[in-house]
Amino acid sequence: MTTIPFTEPLGTAGSCAFSVAGTTENAQDIESLAGAAPAGPARIADRVRRSGQVAQVRPADATRPTAQVRVGARPTGLDVRVGGGVGSSPQRPDGRLKVSGEFAFSSDLWADDMLWGATLRSPYPRAKLTGLDLTAAVALPGVYAVLTAQDVPGRRVYGLEHADQPVLAGTEIRYQGEPIAIVAADHPETARRAASLIKADYEVLAPVTDPDAALLPGSDRVHADRPNLLRHVPIRKGDPAATAPVVVTGEYQVGMQDQAFLGPESGLAVPAEDGGVDLYIATQWLHVDQQQVAACLGLPQEKVRLTLAGVGGAFGAREDLSMQVHACLLALRTGRPVKMVYGREESFFGHVHRHPARLRYEHGADRDGRLVYVKASIVLDGGAYASSTGAVVANAATLGIGPYDVPNVVMDAYGLYTNNPPCGAMRGFGAVQACFAYESQMDRLAAAVGLDPVEVRLRNALTTGDRMPTGQLVEGPAPVAELLRLVRERPQAPAGADFPPGGTANTTRGEGVVRGVGYAIGIKNVCFSEGFDDFATARVRLELVGGRPAALVHTAAAEVGQGLVTVQAQIVRTELGVEQVTIAPADTSVGSAGSSSASRQTYMTGGAVRAACLALRARLAARLTALGRAPSTSDNDKKGPFLSAEEWVGALEAGALEETVEWRHRPTHALDPETGQGDAHVQYAFAAHRATVDVDVELGLVKVVEIATAQDVGKAVNPQAVAGQIQGGTAQGLGLALMEEIQVVDGMVRNPSFTDYLLPTIMDMPPMRLDVLELADPHSPYGLRGVGEPPTISSTPAVVAAIRAATGAALTRVPVRPEHIVGA
Amino acid sequence: MMDFLTPVTWADALAVKADRPEAVPVAGGTDVMVELNFHRRRPAALLDLTRVPELAAWGRDGDVLRVGAGVSYTRLIEELGGLLPGLAAASRTVGSPQIRNRGTLGGNLGSASPAGDGHPPLLAAGAVVELASVRGTREVPVADFFTGPKRSVLAPDELIAAVLVAPADGPEQFAKIGTRNAMVIAVSSFALALHPGRRSVGTGIGSAAPTPRRAPEAEEFAAAHLPWDGPGPLDPDLARRFGELVSAAAAPIDDVRGTAAYRRHSLSVLARRTLTWAWEELCE
Repeated sequence: MTTIPFTEPLGTAGSCAFSVAGTTENAQDIESLAGAAPAGPARIADRVRRSGQVAQVRPADATRPTAQVRVGARPTGLDVRVGGGVGSSPQRPDGRLKVSGEFAFSSDLWADDMLWGATLRSPYPRAKLTGLDLTAAVALPGVYAVLTAQDVPGRRVYGLEHADQPVLAGTEIRYQGEPIAIVAADHPETARRAASLIKADYEVLAPVTDPDAALLPGSDRVHADRPNLLRHVPIRKGDPAATAPVVVTGEYQVGMQDQAFLGPESGLAVPAEDGGVDLYIATQWLHVDQQQVAACLGLPQEKVRLTLAGVGGAFGAREDLSMQVHACLLALRTGRPVKMVYGREESFFGHVHRHPARLRYEHGADRDGRLVYVKASIVLDGGAYASSTGAVVANAATLGIGPYDVPNVVMDAYGLYTNNPPCGAMRGFGAVQACFAYESQMDRLAAAVGLDPVEVRLRNALTTGDRMPTGQLVEGPAPVAELLRLVRERPQAPAGADFPPGGTANTTRGEGVVRGVGYAIGIKNVCFSEGFDDFATARVRLELVGGRPAALVHTAAAEVGQGLVTVQAQIVRTELGVEQVTIAPADTSVGSAGSSSASRQTYMTGGAVRAACLALRARLAARLTALGRAPSTSDNDKKGPFLSAEEWVGALEAGALEETVEWRHRPTHALDPETGQGDAHVQYAFAAHRATVDVDVELGLVKVVEIATAQDVGKAVNPQAVAGQIQGGTAQGLGLALMEEIQVVDGMVRNPSFTDYLLPTIMDMPPMRLDVLELADPHSPYGLRGVGEPPTISSTPAVVAAIRAATGAALTRVPVRPEHIVGA
Repeated sequence: MMDFLTPVTWADALAVKADRPEAVPVAGGTDVMVELNFHRRRPAALLDLTRVPELAAWGRDGDVLRVGAGVSYTRLIEELGGLLPGLAAASRTVGSPQIRNRGTLGGNLGSASPAGDGHPPLLAAGAVVELASVRGTREVPVADFFTGPKRSVLAPDELIAAVLVAPADGPEQFAKIGTRNAMVIAVSSFALALHPGRRSVGTGIGSAAPTPRRAPEAEEFAAAHLPWDGPGPLDPDLARRFGELVSAAAAPIDDVRGTAAYRRHSLSVLARRTLTWAWEELCE
């Protein structure tokens, strides 16, 4: 077992674990727990050097929170026995380190005798690799290894859904930036120079870049052994031939957004004496990395041990492997630790992006604006490899008409292979693209029937007891109408703004500036769907430390910035009444926690931690009973501590108690392949946005003045983290609306830098008004609902709707560019 | 290996540059270090100019200001905002506060990017660049300094010493288009200087041609038609025509930051608006 504390993955390992307790009375040193750190990781820790790199935060996180939490149906009784429990906002254990630049990210990992890895990548999106001459690279002093596809000892391909992506390209190059060879050298610059000295010969081929064309019979195949159609999800509900008196149609496009995490792909692979390897890595799911890495290395899983290193953001981009196998291959070949860190430009080629989409919709309604049918076709460009395209397609299809009750639905969603950059998971995962289209359509419908945009949505709002297009019953709260009313009822943003569109660049003194307001609402599934065996494992250990009870929580769940470590400790405090809670480093010595994605970790790992705590309560009670000392307070007594100090000593002086629980949400089911019918999703989450914008209609420049949002979170386990997720997610949606796009021409990325891939700054992200509803879901722990993704989904169409309201421009594509607004 | 050359006097700097003409001068590093980090260039040597005190100074030299090449954008804003309002306005749009603290006017010229924010106001103000080498010093009008994208008349053994520019003798304006509200490279930009004393107009266009450039026809048109004798509200048609002439002077391209058509369009709007504001200021 490794116990490098989460907060400083290698910085001060072995000396001190942190206490996640946020209040001063809880913030005690609990060194004795960390004293259990074995020699292995401490050995590495001794060689650690911190870079002092400044932690960066997405700009949105700096906006002023104005959260109002409104409690609806009261969640299950949660009277907290000690401070810092569920429903409070204890200080993040890593917060101070991150803002002060002391947090060690995966790119800060260090071992004194380590080598540096570098990657040779294809400059072409489609080519045959006809020759590879390594002579000059191998001859460069300081180079220890140069490896190619021939050197992959195990499975030569990997992938989340289909193993179709080569660890290193063999003869077929399918996207620009595909890795061809890897180098280990004693200096990063030497490694890069060696990579550039590799002589690669290519037969350049015309890339398949248009997903519509890729779908046609006769198109060139991206993979010779399979068709370009990766997945098709049809959904049929009601009468496919339904007609209606009011029909609105639209064709929409969504550009390729990047997750733009600030910590580039990086990790450290350390060869072990048993012939295996220890990998310290920033990832979203340690165990799925472990499975893939072990298969590619040809090693049993137990010889490939992963520990989570400091993660500098994820947003879906760390679900797929990047440098994991490469670093391990080089470490095993050289017998030396190998560190790999992508630069910013390389990072744009090192991870998957959000699927670009073309969406064609037809909405039929009666003259009162009530929907009769929706027909839609969604084409998602998966790029060169499958990644998680299949699941993204299913999400786009099943959530593709939005949170509306529609009797007749004909939906077809397609995922395609092309020679464009591979696309996969990104916050919102298929629901984002669809929401831009269906919400744009709802505004068109409102105009067609002469209704207010909110009113037309209210008339069609999904609610509890309705059925989704998949036939799945909507159970539990579905406050679509209430969320819409909340954002509508918020006072309008005051006239004027801090600065006009154009910022400080002096483009207007009011000339051409028009205000617009737009609304949107979205729906997202939470947790993994379609019958996936989705579980999380948690181990909770109780022991006496200095005569007081202390808990150690050990999971493999990836803290990617969302605040899961804080949440785990909160749950332990609430369930056990133990103040001192330590979160052990996440690693593969404990069972899988599943992915930090699909807005699922608080639900799943939180659920597992809670279940482990409940099991411990039973064991505590049994021990006390065996000692002839029944607990002084019953489970139902919410006052005071669960056990008295004396009882804790009595229960634990015989030794520590430990429980490991594998916890599952209720099962889901596959979709019927022809009708798309099936209970595929665990839980639905909803958020609504109202955006207010000032547009310089002559220049096409936009300043978002204010965003109001309302979201049902079931239970705000950590209200501050909830507000942070809502603000950050909204900013990411604003980015897609206005500026964030990887521009790809003929399969080539034209803007792989933060100079030209623009992210919103504090000058772009406005103050937010938040309404947070707590309407408990009867199936989830504490009634909670996944929080991370919904804010990203509806903010994009709300911002675009506001620009349309100001300008009258059609704006069928995001990001909206100034030339789209002015028609130049 | 890369040599890092650190002269501490101007004479030493020139001697080093003569000796190592391949050395890339670096001041704030806000352009050069980006190029290095992206592996776009790997010079044999960097010539660090931050230790040369002469470069960081500015002062009056008769009727003109002599602004050392090492003066940062922050100092242009804080110390020269009253004398060179157009240049200060442009400096406010450069990057973030950190970048403005590091980046220098000389570095902006040295990079010679068509999108350099400092260039249009220097063009509009009729500034002159002072170039130096061990062979001597020469003065080149800013309009003649740029020869192409990221290319200038700077000889391999020369360094940029200073910019010579008269203090504003009338209203100056600078406006810039970017696709976000801060920290953005110009999609297009425009600078304007009115010289009521000699009844002339200066212009500078950024990010809309292979080099920053003036709009001579627009300058002549405005100089000839502005109502210098009886200052009053500007004829909107005059401002519109001025915008069209500025737009016509550009030679933009489509690229990742914007289309040629939008660049032309936005320049016409910026030129019209800035002329209107400058004239209002003159009339106040």
